[in-house]
This record gives sequence, structure tokens and C-alpha cells, in this order.
Amino acid sequence: MDLLNAFVAFANFVLIPATAYGAQLALGALGVTLIYGILRFSNIAHGDTMAFGTMVTILVTWGLQGMGMDGIGPLPTALLALPVGIAACALWLLATDRVVYRFYRAQKAAPVILVIVSMGVMFVTNGVVRFVIGTDDQRFSDGERFIISARTFREMTGLEEGLAFRTSQGLTIVVAAVAVALLFWFLNRTRTGKSMRAFSDNEDLALLSGINPERVVMVAWLITAALATTAGVLYGLDKSFMPFTYFQLLLPIFAAAVVGGLGSPLGAIAGGFVIAFSEVTVTYAFRKVVSYLGPEEWSPDGLLQLLSTDYKFAVSFAILVIVLIYRPTGLFRGKAV
Amino acid sequence: MGEDRYEALRDDRGNKDRSIARPGGGTLASAGTETEARAVPGHAGEPMLIGDAMTGGYGRGADILTECTIAVDRGKISVIVGPNGAGKSTAMKAVFGMLDVRAGQVRLGGRDITRLTPQARVAAGMAFVPQTSNIFTSMTVEENLEMGAFLRRDDIGETMEQVYDLFPILREKRRQAAGELSGGQRQQVAVGRALMTRPTVLMLDEPTAGVSPIVMDELFDRIIEVARTGISILMVEQNARQALEIADTGYVLVQGRNAYTGTGAELLADPEVRRSFLGG
Ligand SMILES: Nc1ncnc2c1ncn2[C@@H]1O[C@H](COP(=O)(O)OP(=O)(O)O)[C@@H](O)[C@H]1O
Ligand SMILES: [Mg+2]
Repeated sequence: MDLLNAFVAFANFVLIPATAYGAQLALGALGVTLIYGILRFSNIAHGDTMAFGTMVTILVTWGLQGMGMDGIGPLPTALLALPVGIAACALWLLATDRVVYRFYRAQKAAPVILVIVSMGVMFVTNGVVRFVIGTDDQRFSDGERFIISARTFREMTGLEEGLAFRTSQGLTIVVAAVAVALLFWFLNRTRTGKSMRAFSDNEDLALLSGINPERVVMVAWLITAALATTAGVLYGLDKSFMPFTYFQLLLPIFAAAVVGGLGSPLGAIAGGFVIAFSEVTVTYAFRKVVSYLGPEEWSPDGLLQLLSTDYKFAVSFAILVIVLIYRPTGLFRGKAV
Repeated sequence: MGEDRYEALRDDRGNKDRSIARPGGGTLASAGTETEARAVPGHAGEPMLIGDAMTGGYGRGADILTECTIAVDRGKISVIVGPNGAGKSTAMKAVFGMLDVRAGQVRLGGRDITRLTPQARVAAGMAFVPQTSNIFTSMTVEENLEMGAFLRRDDIGETMEQVYDLFPILREKRRQAAGELSGGQRQQVAVGRALMTRPTVLMLDEPTAGVSPIVMDELFDRIIEVARTGISILMVEQNARQALEIADTGYVLVQGRNAYTGTGAELLADPEVRRSFLGG
């Protein structure tokens, strides 16, 4: 029985949260990897792109809630607002491309220049988001809070340890799976998707085959808008929305994309989960899990926590550095950075 | 040359063939006008494709080609040979619009195409297999062929079957990533991709580079087969002797200039050419 309790504690505090977080990182990393594959630079503005799309979604959600909506059944109202957020984010990205990136593309600017340019875009996006919605924490989730609450679980199973499965976590996993399936179907089965892979693989030959680079770039931004907004909204529902937090998400998201191999969609997903599980595992206090496993007198004195949660970004950073040193192409052989 | 101001933004990436991405490169003939834009065989005496007295170089660099002329007649094979660095690849790129031709002309079926972008030339019926990076390594063989036919909106199944008939091994490996194939098979993918637009002129830059002699003979046979279907072939070859044997016209380039021109047989028989370029 104690083994079961240990597992439930582990699932409750590590497995489920890390899976949901991993799915959110994976969606974010997919956007980064896509832009890297097509436009060939690391988009520093990605965290704030997520914040922008999420902000619009939140504003629309508030509007709907103001009109008396309280969730779509058990699901949050934000799902209904998400398409609007994606559309607004797409317009924003296309506008930045038209005003900023296109100029540098025409000059055939080096990738490192584009990285710095994207940092400028980041500051502007960040400023707009803070200006519109403010710098504070915003909550916008409604609907049913739990799929299974800890108490229901205890009553159901008679176990000592409770397991909570929140709606936002379930939603994250389902929505991320659908989004990834759609993305892979698009990239592998449609003409436009294949032309994007071709462009990412060999730009010169793609041009020689008559593939229009501007169209490929446009579609890449559109998909990025959808992925980034979805990732941002899911993260916001699961935790909360604050512009600064989204800027900070850039580090784990980049770590995920690089660990997986920049330019490789499969790698971005794997990388997302690697980072999420590392972060959660390293910062979780395992005392409870361990105390279930051994006899009473073995129960550890300490918390068995490797790192305080305050240092969670150190985990992404360490993994990023290690990968860059020992396997710069990542798990799935993306492009070397 | 006002773009000079932005030199500092660039690195050497894309100095390769990025000229094909030059502004306006995205304007392609739509599928409808494509057929009309397609070249018709020229008037008597005019070759199918000719780079006429081309002078030019990369970017703002020195001239690499000087009054260089290469041409191919309908359904014939023209071969360009010459020492390393002679400008053979450069001449091919000039004909395909991938670098500025500062003097001279490129004509396809009698029509002046000197100012057309490479993409527009694809739509006009030209196809090019570059010397390096000529396949999509991460994509399957079949996807490579599909990408070759990207501009086509009609059914490409029949053309794909023709390519598979020409290179049966590709049919077998059609679900495999092209990057996993052997050198000879990769070259077949590259040629197959170029054939997917149903071009009137096929340009090949060293199609037999890095393949074994047996595979090379095999590839030459296939190329002759392609020419028999009426497609003109303009190709650069390292293996000068074998290539000239199948050539209707041969060009020897030295330092960006035409050194010798003649039928394949004439060049093979010319004592000068034999001594300098064919090793006796
Ligand atoms: N992208 C380029 N930019 C500048 N110079 C180039 C480029 N490619 C080739 N060259 C120069 O052009 C000359 C001819 O090269 P190339 O046409 O590749 O020769 P070949 O194909 O006959 O071996 C060489 O001197 C080479 O250094
Ligand atoms: Mg060459």
C-alpha cells in the first residue's frame, strides 16, 4: 500500500504537473524551432509573442465573462476567446515581419543581426503588453477547477495520499496533443507544409524548385502565432498570467528547442518534456515519496530537495549549456547553433 | 549599387546562390501562363538555349566569365569541360540567372530571358541540378520529386512514374529519406527532381561527381535516354573523355573563356585538346 501511496504522491507533485508544463513548453519550443528552421534565427521575442496573444485572449475572455459567461460547461471561457487571440497575434507578427524583419531579409542580414533585431521586437511587444494589460498578475480561468480533486480521489481509493488532476492540466495535455497532431499533419501531408520543410532543408534548392520564400515565411509566422498563443493561454490557465513571467519562459523554451535540436519539430516536443521533468524533479522535495517507501525510522530528516524552486531557471540554463557544449545539434540532430 | 551600405549586416552565408532570392524573385508565372511562357523551339539556326557572349561575376566582384558562349540545340547534349576553377559552374549559374550577366545575353527558344529570375526560368521550362546540395536530404525520395513539381498544379503522377521508370531504384526507395541514399542514388534523385517540371532544357552541373565508374556509365545512359525524349541537355563534366563521347557539342572553358568549341568527336580528335585536357 505504501508503494501505491508513494506513486500517487509522485504523480500528484511531479508526473502530472511536469507533463502539463512539458506540453506548454513543447508548444512554445515548436514556435521557436519553426522560426529558426524557416527564417534561420533564434527569435528572442517569442516569450513576449506568447504574452501578446494571451493578453488579447484574456481581454476577450473578460468581455465574455462580463456578458455573463461562466465557462463553457466545465471548460474555461478562454477556449472560446483563443481564436481571437491567435488572429490578433498573427496580425501582430505579420506586422512586425512587414515593418522589421523583411527589411533585414532583403539585405540578407546575418542570423546574429536578426537575433538582435528580434530583441528590439521583444522590447516593443513587451511594452505594448504592459501598457495594455498592466504588469500585475491576471486570472481569467473559470469553469470546473478539477477533473479529480484530492478529496474525491481519497474517497474513491481509500488511499492516504490524494491526487488532484486539474481541468487546466487535462486541457493542456489534450489541446497540446491536438495542436501537435495538426502541425505534423500539415508539415508532412500538405503541399504548403512540405514546401516549408523543403525550404528549411535547402533554401537554394527550394527557390530553384519555384517555392516562393515570402509565402513560406508568412505561413511560418501564422503557425507560430497559433502555437505561441495556445501555449501562452494554456500556461496562463494552469498558473496565471503576468507579462514578466512570460518573458522568463523564454529560457526554458529555448532550452527545450535547443535540447531537441533547433529546427526539428519532434525535437522541440521531446525537449519540452526533458526540460519540464528536469525542472520539476530537481526542485521537488522528495521527502514524502521516500517516507512512504521505507520503514518509519528511515524517514529522512531533510526535505530531499535538490534545488529550491527559486532556482528552477538554473536547471534549464545548466541543461542548455551542457547540450551546447557536448551535443550542439541536440537530441534530434537539428542545426548547430 | 546603393545596397553597399548594408554590407556589414551580412555574413558569408548565402553568398553561394542567394542571388536567386533577389527582390522580385517571388513573382512567378502562374500555372495558367506557364504554358504560354514556355519556349517554343526557335527559328532555324537559333539554339534551344544559348548563353551568348556572357560576361559577369559574383556580386560586385571581378568578372569570372569573359564573352563566354554556351548553347544547346533541341534534344541534343552539350557538354562543358575544363580545369577546376575555369568557371564552368559559374557559366551554368549565369545561364540560370543566378548571377548578374553584365554583358551578353541568355536566350531560350529565341526569347531574351537575361533579366528573368531563376524561378521565372523554371516556369519557362528550364531545370537546373546544382553541383552541390542538390537534394532535400531530410525529405523522402518521393517528396523530393513532389517539390520538383511544386509549380505544377496538374496531376504529377504520370511524370513521377516516368522518373521511376528511368531510375527504378528510386521507386524502391521512394519512402526513404534522400539523405540516406548512396552517392549515385542521390544524383538520380537530383536529376529526377529536376525532370518533374517537364523541362525543355535540363542543366546538370557534374551529375557524376563522386560516383563509381559503373554508376557513371549508367547515369550517362540515362541522360542519353532523357535527351532522346526531346529534352535538351546542357551539362558540366569532370570526366571529360566519357562526357565528350556522348556530346553533340563540346565546350572547353579556360579562365572563363571559350578555349575550344566543336562537336564531341572533333574535340576528342583535336591533338591540342587531348594533350591539355584529356591527358594525352
Ligand atoms: N559564390 C562565389 N562567389 C565568389 N566567387 C566564386 C563563387 N563561386 C565560385 N567563385 C569563383 O569563380 C571561379 C570559377 O569557379 P567555378 O565556376 O566554380 O569553377 P568550376 O566549376 O569550373 O570548377 C573560381 O575562381 C571561384 O573561386
Ligand atoms: Mg564546378
